Amino acid sequence: MNAFLEQYGELLAQNFGISIYMVIVSTVMAYVLGIPLGIILVLTAKDGMRPNAAVYKALDTIVNIMRSVPFLILMVVIIPFTRMLVGRSYGANATIVPLVISAAPFVARMVEQSLLEVDKGVIEAAQSMGATTFQIITKVMMLEARTSLIVGATIATATILGYSAMAGAVGGGGLGAIAIQYGYNRNVPSVKWASVVLLVLLVNVVQAIGMRIAKRLDRRITG
Amino acid sequence: MTNTKQIMIETCGLTKTFEGGEKQVSALKDVNLQIHTGEIYGIIGMSGAGKSTLVRCLNFLERPTSGEVIIDGRKLSSLSDAQLRHERTEVSMIFQDFNLLMQRTVIDNVCFPMEITGVKKKDARQRAKALLEEVGLAEKASNYPAQLSGGQQQRVAIARALANNPKILLCDEATSALDPKTTKSILALLKEINATRGITIVIITHSMSVVEEICTHVAIIDEGNLAESGEVEEVFTRPKSAAAKRLVLPESSKAIDEMKSKRCVRIVFSENSSFEPVISNMILECKAPVNILLADTRDVNGTAKGQMVLQLPDDEEVADRMIRFLEERRLAVEELEGYV
Repeated sequence: MNAFLEQYGELLAQNFGISIYMVIVSTVMAYVLGIPLGIILVLTAKDGMRPNAAVYKALDTIVNIMRSVPFLILMVVIIPFTRMLVGRSYGANATIVPLVISAAPFVARMVEQSLLEVDKGVIEAAQSMGATTFQIITKVMMLEARTSLIVGATIATATILGYSAMAGAVGGGGLGAIAIQYGYNRNVPSVKWASVVLLVLLVNVVQAIGMRIAKRLDRRITG
Repeated sequence: MTNTKQIMIETCGLTKTFEGGEKQVSALKDVNLQIHTGEIYGIIGMSGAGKSTLVRCLNFLERPTSGEVIIDGRKLSSLSDAQLRHERTEVSMIFQDFNLLMQRTVIDNVCFPMEITGVKKKDARQRAKALLEEVGLAEKASNYPAQLSGGQQQRVAIARALANNPKILLCDEATSALDPKTTKSILALLKEINATRGITIVIITHSMSVVEEICTHVAIIDEGNLAESGEVEEVFTRPKSAAAKRLVLPESSKAIDEMKSKRCVRIVFSENSSFEPVISNMILECKAPVNILLADTRDVNGTAKGQMVLQLPDDEEVADRMIRFLEERRLAVEELEGYV
């Protein structure tokens, strides 16, 4: 055990860090894009506050197409774009680009679903008080949907973590990459299993923290 | 008295048509209403009659297909979006499902409309506290709505509705989700608010007892049409339209009898007539029996009103004499067609 840690401990720790870095940056950026997209989808829908069939249809179609392209294929397809953006097509930063592009539409859908769950009556009440659309989004919808948004973010983070590991297969960094390099190419099963265990742990920790926060912040539960 | 009062809400030719695919649904047809300052105005109708659409037209949550809504002299259709939002801060609304923000505390719910209008946070909290005091929920300020009963939630909604000192309070089936006792207390609170603030209240309901309990005036909506409107006492005593009669005389009160006569009258007693045993005297004088098909008492604006439906004898002459007898005692007598 000690020998294993001495030999591979640093490698595992380093790539564990890289995985976390990729996931955090990708999730944050996916949300920076996904939240406005989700809001626009809700607003422009047929029974939304600002119905606009053209905008809705266009966004809806783009989101659907992006979501149906498998991550691995998307990653390869956009290599020229990635290279243009970060200067190379491998490594952690290069993996972040397809991760964000792939996750943003997914996040947009989650945000859309969460916002649609907000009671129409509460929105109507805010309108009857003279609230602007912006006030309704920021003060009513985002707040009332808070629990659902956090649950969504938890799922999104776990999904992005899974994608990031997949990216390891084609030159991304992180735990997925070393699992393949050492476990498959160099046939060092201990490293493979260690990275698998770390990935599983990571997903579970993210889930547990997310759900706990969501539950703690939900005021619909009495007591 | 009413004539000199200012008109607060007026609708002219208000019409709303919903496009439902190929079908067009007329929710409101040419509704003309006048509601004066300080009135408690009931709008009553069966479900689906269009009353919810009507109340939503009064603050333009629903834009009418044609016709005008005039609030305190301002045509809503002529206002810009910003002006309309400002107008809405003066026309508050409470709802059947309360529609509180579930993720905010009670006091933050009451502060919410003031947040929208940009009242300073400190002033807003102070005012919210006073309002919660007024609705009797001061000690629940830091609770969340889910921890309150339905009646308490509606009280919070009322406090919230009063936050920006509105001229008008619209109540959309505000007591329909509440039990009778809670309904009574909410209605009493609304009455008190009307008395102390002089705020005009519009009450949408399907329940005649709500109208009787607190309204001064009533409009009856039937299939999108304004069937009848006027003072509650007048409409209750002498309903003219079929829709009004349906509401005053509940369907379930139809009784089976052995008298063959088809001639029925409805009489309404007010307090001054309840001392004389009118029916007994009438039977003694006309020497013929009548069949009491319905009798009940209702509280119309604090006055006890009794109503009775009598089936009169076959003999036309005796029946006529009975009607005269009742009219001489200044009771409102009305012949009912097809009651039995």
